[in-house]
Amino acid sequence: MFLVELRKLVGRPRTWVTIGLLAGLPTLVAVLLRVTGVGPRPGQGPAFLAQVLNNGALFPAAALALVLPVFLPVAVAVLAGDTVAGEASAGTLRYLLVRPVGRTRLLVAKLAVTVVFVFLAVLVVAGVAFAVGAWLFGVKPLPSVSGQTIAAQDATWRTAVTVAYVAWSMLGVAAVALFASTVTDSPLAAALGALAALVTSQVLDLLDAAAAIKPYLPTHYWLAFVDLFRTPVLWHGVSRGFAIQAVYIAVFLGAAWANFATKDIKS
Amino acid sequence: MIRTEGLTKRFGGLVAVDGLDLDVGEGDLFGFLGPNGSGKTTTVRMLLGLVFATSGRIEVLGRPMPRAAREVLPQVGSLVEGPAFYPHLSGRANLALFDAAGPRFTGGPWRSPGPPRATPGGRDRRRRIDDALGRVGLDRVGRRPVRAWSSGMRQRLGLAAALLRTPRLLVLDEPTNGLDPHGMREVRDLLAELVAGGSTVFLSSHLLAEVELVCTRAAIVDRGRLVAQDRVEALLGPTGRVLVTTPDVGAAADLAAALPGVRLGERGGDRLAVHLDGTAPEALNRRLVDGGVRVRELVVERSTLEDVFLRLTGRDGHVPG
Repeated sequence: MFLVELRKLVGRPRTWVTIGLLAGLPTLVAVLLRVTGVGPRPGQGPAFLAQVLNNGALFPAAALALVLPVFLPVAVAVLAGDTVAGEASAGTLRYLLVRPVGRTRLLVAKLAVTVVFVFLAVLVVAGVAFAVGAWLFGVKPLPSVSGQTIAAQDATWRTAVTVAYVAWSMLGVAAVALFASTVTDSPLAAALGALAALVTSQVLDLLDAAAAIKPYLPTHYWLAFVDLFRTPVLWHGVSRGFAIQAVYIAVFLGAAWANFATKDIKS
Repeated sequence: MIRTEGLTKRFGGLVAVDGLDLDVGEGDLFGFLGPNGSGKTTTVRMLLGLVFATSGRIEVLGRPMPRAAREVLPQVGSLVEGPAFYPHLSGRANLALFDAAGPRFTGGPWRSPGPPRATPGGRDRRRRIDDALGRVGLDRVGRRPVRAWSSGMRQRLGLAAALLRTPRLLVLDEPTNGLDPHGMREVRDLLAELVAGGSTVFLSSHLLAEVELVCTRAAIVDRGRLVAQDRVEALLGPTGRVLVTTPDVGAAADLAAALPGVRLGERGGDRLAVHLDGTAPEALNRRLVDGGVRVRELVVERSTLEDVFLRLTGRDGHVPG
């Protein structure tokens, strides 16, 4: 079943257009930076962007920081929101279930391809960004955010953990969207539902009055991966982020399963 | 093959299906009739485990549904509320995807009950797809995406998907929707052929003429309740009228009226309708012929399924709310 779902994902032009656009944004930013030479002042603008002008090796992390707040979660929410609701609105869901494909099995397969998409998207963004960064700005030993230099080998694992961390954060988004997708038969409504949850979280995160709940918001630790480029690495935010996403993922996947397994399929 | 007892489904306050007892035997071509909104589709969905019953029992192929769905459904082909496909793929690619989605095909036709033998699945997928497409007259479709197909072609493709695994039981909801008269005829022939080959067909439809032409047994539901279930011939009993065609209408009317209990019905041209109340049609015929009436035609009128249907579901055409 996973292979069938994978074939659907890979065979759909939409998948590749989305990934292309995701990789396109940081590329555009890189080109503009290179051509104009005007970077944000250090400490302002998106993370790492100020340093990128001097060193392309930081560009993968900068690129992820660029797509993380909006672009990437939107793509993930749209894709994950489409998983079940898309089949329902096309009418193919009922034919899959009477084939028969067990409901749990279908949900797991849908989740698995979503995971594949998330990792693929994050890896492509990071990979393209590295190539673009190296080509336009050159690669030097990294200066860390704290000021010391980071050896190339060291930078590799830091970037790898960054990729994993961003993907894990996006799985939290995917879990919410997957749950929404089992609730409604409209893929658009499912994606919007997940995005509404994220926007709410991001708004509350800016609000001082919400200070008490901030540490539990799904988006609160998204950008904590910046701490991975400090020396020594500040693990607090990243590990909290991992843990909180794990809770969100577990809760929403559980809810998605409970809902889908007992639902009357009337589409 | 299908047996339900007291099958009931409530959606909130609405009772969609109410205490339905269906009994479909092996080899039946079973017509399932009812007005719009009478619970036909909900019933079909419950048989297939898509919708869960509020109460009552369902057995399909002798096994409880939806509990035994994993054993039952691989032997069932279905078409529920119109076909559905991935529009950007060709018909063949769609069938291949659907076939790959379920458990592996483990051989057929399903002559013997019990779990099927395990044989490598997928390997003969191409051949089975070709077979199924051939059976519904789509063997010449190219690689065009289904998006560009006519609704009749999609309907045929839906049937092909149902036939892909030579099912023991076919559950078809309005299979001739969107087909032209040729297509309808072909589907009727196909169903008869499948039943002759040992399959059982459960055909949900509101096309009464279609059911009357092909089905051996039928059930009629109205507002979620079963109002009739019998052999089609038994449902279509004689109306008690005989239609006589003769050039000597006047003489025939006089002779017939003299028989005990007989009332004359309408007459026009060379035709005469006679209500026989207990008198055998052959006795009427003897009387007419002996009396010198040239009988061209003498037909015992039978009710059509439409008459039965309208009588049993009789009401003023409001869709239940």
